[in-house]
Amino acid sequence: MTPRELGAARSIFHLGGHSGDEEVVPARAEISQPPSAIEIAADRIFRRCTLAVAWFTIILVFCVIISIGRQAMPSIRSYGLGFLSGTTWDSNRARFGILPAIVGTLYSSILGLAIGTVFGLAIAIFLSEGFLSSGLDTVLGFLRLSQYSWLNSLPGRTENLLKITIELLAAIPSVVYGLWGIFVVIPFVRPPANWLHAHLGWIPIFGTGLSGPGLLPASIVLAIMVLPTISAISRDALVAVPPKLREAAFGMGATRWEAILAIFVPTAATGIFGAIILGFGRALGETMALAMLAGNANVISWSLFSPANTLAALLANHFPEADQIEVGALMYVALVLLAITLVVNIVGTLILQRADAGLKGLR
Amino acid sequence: MAAPIQGSGAAAEVDLEGLERSLRRPRTLFSYLMSLFTGVATIGALFPLFSVLYLLVVRGTAALNQGTLRELPPAAMTTGGGFGNAIVGTFVIVAIATALSVPLGILAAIYITEFGPDTRTASAVRFAAKVLTGLPSILAGVFAFAVIVVVTGEFSAPAGGVALALLMLPTVLLTAEEAIKRVPSRMREAAIGMGATPTQVVTKVIVPTAAPAMLTGVMLAVARAAGETAPLLFTALFSNFWMSRTAPDFLPKTLGDLMKPTASLAVMIYNFSGSPFENQIALAWTAALVLVAIVLIFNVVGQALAGRSAD
Repeated sequence: MTPRELGAARSIFHLGGHSGDEEVVPARAEISQPPSAIEIAADRIFRRCTLAVAWFTIILVFCVIISIGRQAMPSIRSYGLGFLSGTTWDSNRARFGILPAIVGTLYSSILGLAIGTVFGLAIAIFLSEGFLSSGLDTVLGFLRLSQYSWLNSLPGRTENLLKITIELLAAIPSVVYGLWGIFVVIPFVRPPANWLHAHLGWIPIFGTGLSGPGLLPASIVLAIMVLPTISAISRDALVAVPPKLREAAFGMGATRWEAILAIFVPTAATGIFGAIILGFGRALGETMALAMLAGNANVISWSLFSPANTLAALLANHFPEADQIEVGALMYVALVLLAITLVVNIVGTLILQRADAGLKGLR
Repeated sequence: MAAPIQGSGAAAEVDLEGLERSLRRPRTLFSYLMSLFTGVATIGALFPLFSVLYLLVVRGTAALNQGTLRELPPAAMTTGGGFGNAIVGTFVIVAIATALSVPLGILAAIYITEFGPDTRTASAVRFAAKVLTGLPSILAGVFAFAVIVVVTGEFSAPAGGVALALLMLPTVLLTAEEAIKRVPSRMREAAIGMGATPTQVVTKVIVPTAAPAMLTGVMLAVARAAGETAPLLFTALFSNFWMSRTAPDFLPKTLGDLMKPTASLAVMIYNFSGSPFENQIALAWTAALVLVAIVLIFNVVGQALAGRSAD
């Protein structure tokens, strides 16, 4: 037994810390007793309790759906499906439509996801294929330093540090990214964006200039926020590729990237796809960065530089000051957002479960 | 080396030159360039993190002094001020959320690992937790608004706490599940063999052993909750004042009546970020520095606990 296990055993049976006889003898008398009626009752109550809490968790999900749905009911009745295709949001005349917000949500999420996937996958491959440690090993070998044992652990440690640093990207609150986006990303993106608009303005995606907040800065910040999700889950999928496939690929003379692109990535494809879907779910529901950077304008535009709106940003911007009628309309918006994210997340979770099951035959 | 093979008929078809590793060959060059690209992309992805941290230190420390941590938010066009009430508010709201979510998450995790691991309820709980993980944070706010604010008729700290608890619950539950799974089964068997009831096994062996790893999950959940803004926008709202003092006198001034709009760091950063006034923007950066410091401390402590429990 390890010391910790021994400690746990002691705490149950009130064994003394040392094998001093006076302490152990009464404890032995306790061991021989079957559980008392109180203990049995406590056991039953505790087990029921945990079962009740488990059920509460399941019910909570339905609670969220039902409570939002019930609040949205009056406006669903009065606006109907026209709500989804309307293009104006005017609380003074009680005319509400969310087509620009739906388009903006999808556009910004897909754009952010595309940028985030490129970087996220690159990081996942970089971390899972040991580029860093093999590179550092080569350097150490070249400098003939590998005889020092503390230097030998350096590559592994650097890699671990890199992994933790990438995870820290996810730890920064989104409102701080929003603040950073306002003062760093927008000024940084504006000159090239306006140059592109001036010279290539006939291409629809450069159709407007960037005056301040807009779709592109919002998508860039969104990409940073989904990147840790994508890289972490894709890395897990790549690490789970069976070693024999790895060895076989290299044994046949594949270069590192031939092996990665033809063997590892296709084997881990389901997992990577699941990661991208979950990243999409995060991007769809992300609020603060978009509320601060997208510009809160109900416009439908192909331009990357046009201000836009998303469902979540619409909620964040209008809810705090909404009157009774607008709150009803916003509840409808929340229900639409809930439906979209639920579907995307459930699909992502199911894909990841399938990815897990699919690899079992290869091991 | 190549000469004898070329001389011997069939083997001559093997192109030994093609097996040589040379950067002039497209396939080697491609591999080399792709490696370079991933390296650059990885370093590029770290750039935002360092940029954020750099700006937080440079712009955040400018207005950081004792006053900013103790005073109330300034009105427009004025100088000075701080966000003492927002720091207190953040701690109060996160404490409420932790008190709600931790017992529920750990009890549910105990059920799905110890008492009914292979039941349908367990897999439904796991699925529900994963669905909740993907719930957009603003919808947690909408839920708390519908359930608490509409009923009590008041924006309040508990409403914000309920919204954050909904976001913390899946993290606490899923990490507690992993923690309990890693308890060696021989400890469980030893306890059962010595006549402990299932409850005694859980409370006296499993939970104490898994506690450090569970605490990691709680720390990470708290770190995430402290930085959430969207769920607080219309549940706790914001307040420019200390919590009011209608509560009994023996409570400290800052923990007065909870059922009033409550300030938080995250919402303050959001409100001040769009401000045209230099002083408020400077305070937004300082508040961001304090918030990130709190979040990172919880993260690092959590990770350190995880490292220790892995031994």
